[in-house]
Amino acid sequence: MTRIGEVFQTLDRPAFIAYLVAGDPDRVGFLTAARAVIEAGADILEIGMPFSDPVADGPTIQRAHTRALEGGMTVDGFFEAVGEVRKLSETPILLMVYCNTVHHRGVERFYREALAAGADGVLVVDMPPEEGERAVRAARENGLDQIFLVAPSTSDRRLGGIVESASGFLYLASLLGVTGAREQLSDEAGTLIRRVRPRTRLPLAVGFGISRPEHAAALRDAGADGVIVGSALVKLVEEHARDPVQMAREIKGFVAGMRGALEG
Amino acid sequence: MKKGRFGDFGGQFVSEALMGALSELEEAFQRYGNDPAFLSTLESCLAEFAGRPTPLTFCRNLSQDLGCRVYLKREDLLHGGAHKLNNTLGQALLAKFMGKKRLIAETGAGQHGVATAIAGAVLGLPVEVYMGEVDIERQHPNVFRMELMGAKVIPVSSGTRTLKDAVNEALRDWAASVGETHYLLGSVVGPHPFPLMVRTFQSVIGREARTQILEKEGRLPDAVLACVGGGSNAIGIFHPFLQDGVRLIGVEAGGEGIDSGRHGASLCAGSPGILHGALSYLLQDSDGQVLSTHSVAAGLDYPGVGPEHSMLKDTGRVEYVSVTDREALEAFALLSRKEGIIPALESAHAIARLVKMAGELGRDDIVVVNLSGRGDKDLTEVARLQGGAG
Repeated sequence: MTRIGEVFQTLDRPAFIAYLVAGDPDRVGFLTAARAVIEAGADILEIGMPFSDPVADGPTIQRAHTRALEGGMTVDGFFEAVGEVRKLSETPILLMVYCNTVHHRGVERFYREALAAGADGVLVVDMPPEEGERAVRAARENGLDQIFLVAPSTSDRRLGGIVESASGFLYLASLLGVTGAREQLSDEAGTLIRRVRPRTRLPLAVGFGISRPEHAAALRDAGADGVIVGSALVKLVEEHARDPVQMAREIKGFVAGMRGALEG
Repeated sequence: MKKGRFGDFGGQFVSEALMGALSELEEAFQRYGNDPAFLSTLESCLAEFAGRPTPLTFCRNLSQDLGCRVYLKREDLLHGGAHKLNNTLGQALLAKFMGKKRLIAETGAGQHGVATAIAGAVLGLPVEVYMGEVDIERQHPNVFRMELMGAKVIPVSSGTRTLKDAVNEALRDWAASVGETHYLLGSVVGPHPFPLMVRTFQSVIGREARTQILEKEGRLPDAVLACVGGGSNAIGIFHPFLQDGVRLIGVEAGGEGIDSGRHGASLCAGSPGILHGALSYLLQDSDGQVLSTHSVAAGLDYPGVGPEHSMLKDTGRVEYVSVTDREALEAFALLSRKEGIIPALESAHAIARLVKMAGELGRDDIVVVNLSGRGDKDLTEVARLQGGAG
């Protein structure tokens, strides 16, 4: 079992999964943010590789991708950043990338490098299982989890294919659309959990639009096995990019609040 | 071959939120694509509203000068001033048959946005068009045209603030609104079924041209030329000639020259990559980040290209070449002066290639150039460039 699988097996509460963009706001700032997230008790860290055209992301994460690219982030730099986080702790690391990054690097090479850097799983945002045969094979060969998204619009027929290809956990998008913090938690999340649960033994983690402790608590009550937060954290990085001490403090406070809500 | 592929190219590289919408669209396209009610409505829209068939014009003066027989397929005379309406009427009608309540579109130069606004107005569907801030600035008359016809133009401030980012934003909108919205994509790019569907609606250009040249000359042409940005006008005229022995030439935006790095020639200078849902030739850096592009013709200012073109390049069935901004501007002036036809700067790229290859052609060789749009939209830009040069 991978480190990601162990997290879900050992916890008696939903896992807290935190997303940050590598190189945002810069190399050192990212490490500061990653350290803060881990020290505050995130169960899994999801690290985004910045892409010029992040179509599945809302404005907050788009800006983070732009900041990181303008700061000179490369694929080499990305794997270095992952390696530096791995040195900090044993917290499972999930890579979140766009398909062209993997394609251009070469699918097999990308997964080998991911393993070597210390990653535990890969999510390719714009790669449904229909396009992911090689990636799924490369993930298996390297002992990495391949995470796939499930959306409220995913049909039961396609859900079957996703469940077959996926490992680690299923990433349930709580709403249709792009990433980004929302005021209100979409009520589709609970419906989606109830629909997917009987069809798989994989843990179900919910993301998209989650920004507050009360969202986390509601998802815990709805039976989620994990809660994924990206934009709300990335926003803290953005707001305190010039003051790393304050950034770390804000992030720790935020993660502690979310963790507390999950413990209930 | 896998579903929705042209050789290795194409596919559906989109986030899960869009997969349902794409299969719904694919089913609807298969269903209505052969439905007599749909086809006859579309045909009457094209004939009575859009102005099809468009003429195939013999260019007496240009033929004399270049030493071959030059014909222009006059998509510039289609309502709206470009070939774009073939596709927007087809897709908007399909959206209506599907019961969609809203159209969204991306636009670069504004031609596809205008054509979508036209289709939305005549078919009674509200239209919202995503347009990069840079393009809004340089194509302001088209913004006004869209708004006059009731469309809402939404400025895009992300990324390079041009066409590529307008597509990104339209895809983001669609991911959140798939239930009631149809994304009316403007070229043979994007995830399956868009490249196939747009080709189907644009192939009317080539079908007409083939019939018309057979009527006028009693034989097929020796060569067919078209400009290639995303590649919809080119696929539209090429497709009905693919099985014939006709030489097909796609002309990309060479910008300031391929070596300058400032161009839009994905097929001539790019490599396979994934953008906007499809694997196709792409202008990208060594990490697979998409590069910014340049062309004097806003409609060719795009780092990707339709996946079918990528296949046709690799099989060698179509030759892909590029001409520079300067050559296109010279052709723009030449066609205006010789034939009294002001071409769109995009279409002027195809004319420029014809001028360059004229030496290889004989007196009796027949060449058809797809004049994909008229140049009125470019007058301010050309005047500005001439002012700058003088």
